[in-house]
Amino acid sequence: MSSTATPLDQTPVARHHFENLEQQKDASTIGMWVFLITEIMFFGGLFMAYFAYRQAYPAAFASASNKTNLLIGAFNTTVLICSSLTMALAVRAAATGKKNLIVLFLILTLLLGGAFLGVKAYEYHDKWVHHEVPGAHFECEGCQDAGHTPLFFALYFGMTGLHASHMIIGFFILVYLIRQAGKGAYTPKWFTPVEMFGLYWHFVDIVWIFLFPLLYLIDRSGAAK
Amino acid sequence: MITTAPPAVETKKNYLTEKEGLMSWLLTSDHKRIAILYLIAVVAFFFIGGLFAVLIRLELATPAGDLVDSNTYNKFFTMHGIIMVLFFLIPSIPAILGNFVLPMMIGAKDLAFPKINLLSWYIYMVGGVFTLYVLLSGGVDTGWTFYTPFSSSYSNGYVIAAGLGIFINGFSAILTGLNFIVTVHRMRAPGLTWFRLPLFVWAHYATSMIQVLGTPVIAVTLFLLVLERGLHIGFFDPAYGGDPVLFQHMFWFYSHPAVYIMILPSMGVVTEIITTFCSKKPFGYTFIAFSSVAIAVFGFLVWGHHLFVSSQSVYAGMVFSVLSYIVAIPSAIKVFNWTATMYKGSVRLETPMLYAIGFIGLFTVGGLTGLFLASLGMNVHLTDTYFVIAHFHYVMVGGAIMGFMGGIHYWWPKMFGVMYSQVWSKVAAIIIFMGFNLTFFPQFLLGYMGMPRRYHVYPAEFQVLNVLSSAGASILGVGYMVAFVYLVWSLKFGEKAGPNPWGATTLEWQTSSPPISENFEVTPVVTQEAYTYTSEEVVHVV
Amino acid sequence: MAHDHNTGGQDENLTEHHSEHIVPIGIYIAVFLALIVLTWVTSGVATLDLGRLNIFVALSIAIFKASLVLLFFMHLKWATRLTKMIVMSGIYWLILLLFIVMMDLWTRGWMGVPGR
Repeated sequence: MSSTATPLDQTPVARHHFENLEQQKDASTIGMWVFLITEIMFFGGLFMAYFAYRQAYPAAFASASNKTNLLIGAFNTTVLICSSLTMALAVRAAATGKKNLIVLFLILTLLLGGAFLGVKAYEYHDKWVHHEVPGAHFECEGCQDAGHTPLFFALYFGMTGLHASHMIIGFFILVYLIRQAGKGAYTPKWFTPVEMFGLYWHFVDIVWIFLFPLLYLIDRSGAAK
Repeated sequence: MITTAPPAVETKKNYLTEKEGLMSWLLTSDHKRIAILYLIAVVAFFFIGGLFAVLIRLELATPAGDLVDSNTYNKFFTMHGIIMVLFFLIPSIPAILGNFVLPMMIGAKDLAFPKINLLSWYIYMVGGVFTLYVLLSGGVDTGWTFYTPFSSSYSNGYVIAAGLGIFINGFSAILTGLNFIVTVHRMRAPGLTWFRLPLFVWAHYATSMIQVLGTPVIAVTLFLLVLERGLHIGFFDPAYGGDPVLFQHMFWFYSHPAVYIMILPSMGVVTEIITTFCSKKPFGYTFIAFSSVAIAVFGFLVWGHHLFVSSQSVYAGMVFSVLSYIVAIPSAIKVFNWTATMYKGSVRLETPMLYAIGFIGLFTVGGLTGLFLASLGMNVHLTDTYFVIAHFHYVMVGGAIMGFMGGIHYWWPKMFGVMYSQVWSKVAAIIIFMGFNLTFFPQFLLGYMGMPRRYHVYPAEFQVLNVLSSAGASILGVGYMVAFVYLVWSLKFGEKAGPNPWGATTLEWQTSSPPISENFEVTPVVTQEAYTYTSEEVVHVV
Repeated sequence: MAHDHNTGGQDENLTEHHSEHIVPIGIYIAVFLALIVLTWVTSGVATLDLGRLNIFVALSIAIFKASLVLLFFMHLKWATRLTKMIVMSGIYWLILLLFIVMMDLWTRGWMGVPGR
């Protein structure tokens, strides 16, 4: 991310257009938050489509939602929350100068994120097998207002797919961070990349916190799995 | 008065000469060089978009569809719209003048994220390449508005490629906006409080707010459109239960604020120019600053006025209509501010000032005609007619492009250290002004009389006005060509310009022309209010 | 280069820079446990038939969980005023998008004009 990283015993220096390191860190933080609000609006468009169609076709959405596996969804949500905890602890480890802990927590975050994606892949496969992917062979077995259920599934795949792609990007960045942390690049004086990535990762978690109830929890009474 | 520097000691390297070679340009992180990269690309797109305008006006010179068939004509106005709106107007002032001047105006060495700035340019170029691919492959015919289900299910054009090109381009705008916001918050020189900022900076801050909050929505909307067309998933197609009006809502949620992205920077330029060429600080600085932000905020609340004739609820239409009237107020405030600034000012009619004055008049006409369209009842009569086309060309060409031209002429000596021909530049400004009015004023009349837009044929009784319009377009084109020629000519043969040929007070004029790579030898310290015109030289630490 | 942060140039109080604030592990664990519990609560409540209240409860819980992540994991509680304003404007704009479009969809037929 930035060439300001230096071995542990040297004081990091700000890039040439900044007056000092404080200004640089501050600019990075504001920059990351502004980026995150663009992401809010980006996902927001999909939430918009979701709300519009759920309001228009409530029965279709309820039936279709019941086709998702509640327990798996709740489990996955838990996994992602755990990864948020490990990420927060990684940032804390960087702030307190515990190099080995940074690496440990970043690796745990990576593993938990990987578990989430693995479960997601299983769910996608399951949907594929049951012909619940919109397209020529779509079929929503036993669904009410079945003609409109493809809309739910289109949004399901669109929203979780966009979310998953954000996690995959996060993956690659995590690998880079783990390598850098292992080399001792992050010290209490400068650990901005870890912190910034933490913000990104938590944001991805927040998106899922909304996706879970909206996609998995529509009208589950009497259909508990 | 224009002062030329004495035959000077030119041993000092500036940002143009410091490093040589193509790679030093393609891998630069200097905001000034990136601005030049944008200048070349954006102007190239302007001429391509202009080419389509020429083809449109050629076809419309006669009532019959004798130049091309309707499908081809559809492609003409679609490509014209996409290129002019998304690849010319939106980036024009922010990416060229904003990039070049904003950091200097706040006494900074560069933007907050110089490498992201370069990335923005590359992303813009990739989006541009997609669009050129669409163009060369046969075009897209949906109108730049991409309404579904025509665009998602029936069009035979290259919708996916066009959608992707615009989607990619959007990220360029988002990153530029992000960069400007962080820069204005954190990179200001010591002593430069918010209310000492030049109004050009306020204008770009407001613009960046819109870029950052609005562009992601059009991105995801086009993304859904591409998915729908590619995978036949029915987000917006009624055949699958989708709602075409939802597409319109999501499209215009961005595209209306987008027009404020196009006009706000222009207004910022005009404020700078009027102040300088009246040697008088702007009347009502705080009003101008706050009205810029108000336009950005209120601009997000009015998009439904593009949906008045759709199945949007009448109730929502009423709400949007009222809000659309309200959003005109901050713009009107600025017009009063500008004219009050000129009152008893020491007015110098240099070329940038000609463009600024032209802006005030033409923008006022464009803005007022927007109010006709904001009225629910009148909108039913005027929508999809040439009245709408005339309205938005008055604001976008008579407004935004005049501001762009004014800004280019104003900052040209700063950017390149040379001055262009005063005679030719004034001649071109007048040709452009006259050509513009001849092109677009008849279109108000045509629209009122009922000529629909996006048709390549029309009833014979409309021919006279159409011919006038086409004649005007050729004059307008000549004006732009003349400007292009003398500006390029000045790069090689223009008189050398000094640091402050116009006698302006903002920080960029307190350093050399062209500037050194770091902008200032010593970081300026600001101790005075903005736009302080006194009889002595304003003292800044340079 | 000496800066007096209080006389323009830079915004507000850079001295309360959040990265100097180390959050106690206890808070992280508490927030984590709250998030886990709320996840299971929301899943459980979804299986009850509350009619129109179901979505309201689900979203309220989600908003609360998101707030916990924002405030504590993302350190918003200790962030500068500017950061808080940036987040608020992002949330506000999302709400604008959702509510105003839904306003159209909810008010179809209110004015008695057929089809609109």
